[in-house]
Amino acid sequence: MNRKALYILIPAALCLLPVFSNAYWTEVGVMIGIYALLSLSLNVMLGQAGIFNMGHTAFFAVGAYTTAILNTICHWPIFLTMLPAGAAAGLFALFIARPIIHLRGDYLLVVTIGIVEIVRIALINNVFGLTGGSNGIFGISRPMFFGFKIVKGIQFYYLVWGMVTISLLLFHGLWKSRFGRALNYIKEDDVAAEGCGINVTDYKLSAFVLGAFWAGMAGTVYAAKMVTIAPESFNFMESVMLFAVVILSGGSQIGVLASVFLFIGLPEVLREFSEARMLIFGLAMMVMMVWRPQGLLPPLARKYPLAKRLLDENSTEKAA
Amino acid sequence: MEQFIQQLINGLAVGGIYALVALGYTMVYGVLKLINFAHGDLFTIGAYLGLTLLVSSNLAGLLTPVGAAIAVFIMVSLFVALIGWILERAAYRPLRNANRLSAVVSALGASIFFENAIMLIYGARVYVYPEFMRPDFSIPLLGINVPFMRLLIIAASVILMVCLWLFIQRTRMGASIRAVAIDQAASRLMGINVDRVISLVFLIGPGLGGAAGLMVGIYYGQIDFTMGWTYGLKAFTAAILGGIGNIPGAMLGGFLLGVTEALAAGYIAMAWKDAVAFLVLIIILIIRPTGILGERTADKL
Repeated sequence: MNRKALYILIPAALCLLPVFSNAYWTEVGVMIGIYALLSLSLNVMLGQAGIFNMGHTAFFAVGAYTTAILNTICHWPIFLTMLPAGAAAGLFALFIARPIIHLRGDYLLVVTIGIVEIVRIALINNVFGLTGGSNGIFGISRPMFFGFKIVKGIQFYYLVWGMVTISLLLFHGLWKSRFGRALNYIKEDDVAAEGCGINVTDYKLSAFVLGAFWAGMAGTVYAAKMVTIAPESFNFMESVMLFAVVILSGGSQIGVLASVFLFIGLPEVLREFSEARMLIFGLAMMVMMVWRPQGLLPPLARKYPLAKRLLDENSTEKAA
Repeated sequence: MEQFIQQLINGLAVGGIYALVALGYTMVYGVLKLINFAHGDLFTIGAYLGLTLLVSSNLAGLLTPVGAAIAVFIMVSLFVALIGWILERAAYRPLRNANRLSAVVSALGASIFFENAIMLIYGARVYVYPEFMRPDFSIPLLGINVPFMRLLIIAASVILMVCLWLFIQRTRMGASIRAVAIDQAASRLMGINVDRVISLVFLIGPGLGGAAGLMVGIYYGQIDFTMGWTYGLKAFTAAILGGIGNIPGAMLGGFLLGVTEALAAGYIAMAWKDAVAFLVLIIILIIRPTGILGERTADKL
């Protein structure tokens, strides 16, 4: 299908989905939206900069717990906790990534797995006496939006997808900027990038912190939606899913969206197979990768208007 | 002191199992630069298959428990090796020339597939190994009563590792595995059948993993279908700890991780056992970025 048609069809379908479907599918749509936010943030690290992060839920958890603690203990309204949640996740990312960011691909991968496990175990063991142990934290209040209380699935649906849209636009701008180009260069060849005067460590760290910040904010929305959060929601398997989503997408933002729908939507569609659904899901993962090893929709090559400008100059010269 | 030695021996027994599974990860990584995430589930298949063979056939009656253990050991290894071989053919070979991470996702898919296949076949409950397979007497050693089972597990894993070491170092096939791990293109030019070497690695690695699964069943007595994740993750950590791709590194990493965990469980707290293991890994990688025995390769320009 033509890619431009996708840019129109997907948003239109997304806007109309909750209107024409039941509450169940709206809830699924909210979950897909939260995963889309997380995957887009992971795409900054993994898809754009080639940082093998298989522990993205650690930052998601830090964000969600920051919101939950600020809301239940300090009684902050939910939207006010969003920035602190992002900042907490970002600071945490900066703190842990600084010593490990130079590790080669697979070594970094296992360290990030270790971090997500350490975070989960720390949450279960009620670290600082704030996280509520394995039961987690409950009684998180609903977000207020200019005096309007967001409770229903459909309201959360538009909130989450609104955030996804904003993220898409911001990350698109980022990808087009000098920063995005530098990240892509690092992904392709970090030694050559360093040779061209790009500070690889700084750029990788920035991408890492930015992705973590966004995951922390997604954590706020998750905590507000779920009302109750527990350590088991932030396990290693979730990180694996996010990792697989980004790799299957091929690295473009539209690919990430398509891939999120496949990964989170497919198990729901397969519900009629009940117990065998994850079996089919695993098989589908293998088949999809073998079928499209480059990912669903890899980013198109960057285009610059250089050729056109030269043409214009040529024609003006001829005219003169 | 007695507690220390008990924990040490316990750690060595668990570490031996980690090391056997880690060898599968590290050998596959050596030749394909692929983290085979399905390896942990091949290990689980080994544990379940061992149980089925022990319970359904009358091997123990025919061959005495010791003979039955050896017979089941060989059958499980062969069968799991076969599954590993098929896995490589179906899920990894088509992705040989693709992006490295595409194959990783395929491996994750295979892992989910196997885990759920086991759940559908056996059901989602914990299974218990038969009592007669589990000797529970202790033998005095240096004035301390050491459970016989632990010594048996340590001995079995060491014997398997020595066999593997001799195979890799002393035979022609072992030499070709080492050659492919260093440089695939050059080994192809030297007349080595690279595809056959990769298939061989996918027979040996899962074979050892399946044997380790059986050993966990006999040692702990109970198995469940999710144990592939936990053990797989630990073993993979052990492989990284020792320097992935490096065979003695995986052995060292396995024992080191097992002992660290046992000591952390004994002296710090059981609940923080896993966190301490990962913390040690992170600290070691900060000091030595390519693992303990990993070579420091210069970046290619």
